[in-house]
Amino acid sequence: MDLVKVSYDNKTVKWFAIATVFWGIIGMTVGLWIALELVFPSLNLGVPELTFSRDRPIHTNAVIFAFVGNGIFMGVYYSLQRLCKTRMFSDLLSKLHFWGWQLIIVLAALTLSQGITTSKEYAELEWPIDILIAIVWVIFGINMMGTIIKRRERHIYVGIWFYIATFVTVAMLHIVNSMEIPISLTKSYSMYAGVQDALVQWWYGHNAVAFFLTTPYLGLMYYFLPKAANRPVYSYKLSIVHFWTLIFLYIWAGPHHLLYTALPHWAQTLGTVFSIMLIAPSWGGMVNGLLTLRGAWDKVREDVVLKFMVVAVSAYGMSTFEGPMLSLKNVNAIGHFTDWIIAHVHVGALGWNGFLTFGILYWLIPRMWNTKIYSRSLANFHFWIGTLGIIIYVVPMYWGGFTQALMWKDFNDNGQLTYSFLETSTQLKFMYLTRSIGGSLYLIGVFMMAYNLVKTARQGSFMANEEVEVAEMPRTFKAHKGEFWHRALERRPVQFMVLALVMVLIGGVVELIPTFLIKSNVPTIAEVQPYTPLELQGRDIYIREGCYVCHSQMVRPFRSETERYGEYSKAGEFVYDHPFQWGSKRTGPDLAREGIGKLAKPDSWHYIHLFDPRSVSDGSIMPPYPWLHKNALDTSTTAAKIRVMQKLGVPYPEGYDQIANKDLMFQAEKIADELQKADIESMSEVPLSNTEVVALIAYLQRLGKDINTATLNEQAKK
Amino acid sequence: MNFMHYLSDIDGVSIYPIFSLLVFFIFFIVLFYFVMRMDKNSIDEMKNIPLENEPSENNSSTTKMP
Repeated sequence: MDLVKVSYDNKTVKWFAIATVFWGIIGMTVGLWIALELVFPSLNLGVPELTFSRDRPIHTNAVIFAFVGNGIFMGVYYSLQRLCKTRMFSDLLSKLHFWGWQLIIVLAALTLSQGITTSKEYAELEWPIDILIAIVWVIFGINMMGTIIKRRERHIYVGIWFYIATFVTVAMLHIVNSMEIPISLTKSYSMYAGVQDALVQWWYGHNAVAFFLTTPYLGLMYYFLPKAANRPVYSYKLSIVHFWTLIFLYIWAGPHHLLYTALPHWAQTLGTVFSIMLIAPSWGGMVNGLLTLRGAWDKVREDVVLKFMVVAVSAYGMSTFEGPMLSLKNVNAIGHFTDWIIAHVHVGALGWNGFLTFGILYWLIPRMWNTKIYSRSLANFHFWIGTLGIIIYVVPMYWGGFTQALMWKDFNDNGQLTYSFLETSTQLKFMYLTRSIGGSLYLIGVFMMAYNLVKTARQGSFMANEEVEVAEMPRTFKAHKGEFWHRALERRPVQFMVLALVMVLIGGVVELIPTFLIKSNVPTIAEVQPYTPLELQGRDIYIREGCYVCHSQMVRPFRSETERYGEYSKAGEFVYDHPFQWGSKRTGPDLAREGIGKLAKPDSWHYIHLFDPRSVSDGSIMPPYPWLHKNALDTSTTAAKIRVMQKLGVPYPEGYDQIANKDLMFQAEKIADELQKADIESMSEVPLSNTEVVALIAYLQRLGKDINTATLNEQAKK
Repeated sequence: MNFMHYLSDIDGVSIYPIFSLLVFFIFFIVLFYFVMRMDKNSIDEMKNIPLENEPSENNSSTTKMP
């Protein structure tokens, strides 16, 4: 057998490792900061860039795409070279990939803090960055597939299958969900509206969890867990079944984020059914991971790497059981919009992703620096403080979630709601405070790890290029007779990628297309009209400030909700909503009926409330937005916005873009008059009618108006 | 630009979910059948791929599976 020298590129792995720790610290610190803002709302100091609603997307993006993203690349670049017995395809592509990804992260932080956002959760970045993401992702894909093609190992190990599925599916999700028409360099409208936008978004959002936070990490688990335990994976057969079942089923489960919403029922049911089925492959993977340690559990007591990995895999098992349970409609009715979901995702993020990353880092860094870990006891301490941190984080959030749900749904003996929304949110302050303590403990652990790893690196010497001798793969290969067809597939990475794409496409196509095709899925309501120019501008301010982060616009068909908010939401109400604003969390009350019925409030109330929420709503945890009262509304974009909306099928009359600003000023002045009647004067040199807050008020007052008109018309007919 | 209704004339759109369920079900059954019949030696070979090629000084506790 011919032996050849191979030099593995450790430098790229090192850079990704540094980026993982660095962005982990940043992302988690932002998380802690905004967690504290929920307890002390004035912590935003009146600064837009420090406000919860703008920073929460920074936290989620930083943790998902910066911390976990760099963690994925670190693990992939290390394991792929060794599993393929070859250096990465191109050092230049590795470099472009690394720096491109960091550039995206920096641009994300800069734009999101400025309120430049599409408001689609975990896909908030605006179109120029979306294009950059696609380019960098393809660079990663070429580099990975190139490496696999020039490999010296006939069989493609199961871990790599997960990497391939990740690459191809994330590309598909990203492209489909980012279809938008630009208005300017920093603003675009989603091509989808209302129900369709919601379905595409949560098809994306759910599968971002599946194919960014799960499949690549499963690939890493299949490589690093056997490495750390020094024994092969428990069952290779199980891993094959695990892989195909998981990727096929996952793609269907997105609609479970939209149960009881205006999404057609058949789609909701599909989401539930596939979520329940997902337990099988998820637990198959967990069992495969844990049983890899059979007969080696004594090592877990000694080895901190294994400790991290065991907790990670257990957390994976817990959250993949909890997810399907939350997809049952009766459970979802309680959990949705509450802090239960926050607990659920943090079991996954802190436990599964966080701990697996830490385990890999503690294993990888000593190896690449050819030394031993600097302090085992410090690493052990990190393990315990991290575990304790997770518990102290999630328990109050579970508690808070149940508290919220029970209080929202509670009726007194007279058949009236027992609690106002405000009472339900002030009740949670203690839980929010406690979870910040849990989060702090977890973050302290990460700092300790950073220190420990730096010290480890300092005491060793880095092998930028690791030289090994490997056997050359024979050029010709003859499959033995009666070979299992899957074996043949495992030798053909490109065909493998195509089949994986087909598997995930099936779910996407079947679920998405009918919603777009069949008119009866979105019954139209004649009274639903496009937004006026001022309301449209106000809506964009609503999006810019991230109001959707805490306020839903989706009244579910429960008595507890229709009593509190009014008529439940219908699919036809959202046909002009590019993008949809249903939200996913009720830290504040639902706003779908804010402008009508018992929720309606005078313009002056909104004006004061947005300036200082606690002056009209004692104990509110909403941050103040004083800059809206001083900034002048940018009306130069109105015409372009109207034109894009027309392109998307919103029926503004032809040529309306030219006169839209006249209508805008007329409506703004009417609101300004109302405000002046309540003794409100402009807070800056900008005339009152020209301030941003007036546009936002116009939008808030519009919410629910159309459905109200529809109901009145129906009553009149009767 | 309103692509919502581009394909709204497709007949029998409801067959798609059933078709895809069948595709997956058959794929799964065939996969399962072949996986169960896989050759044990080649499986051992495959599952040991991550454990090969370890620089010896880092792999002090090489214990073979019983």
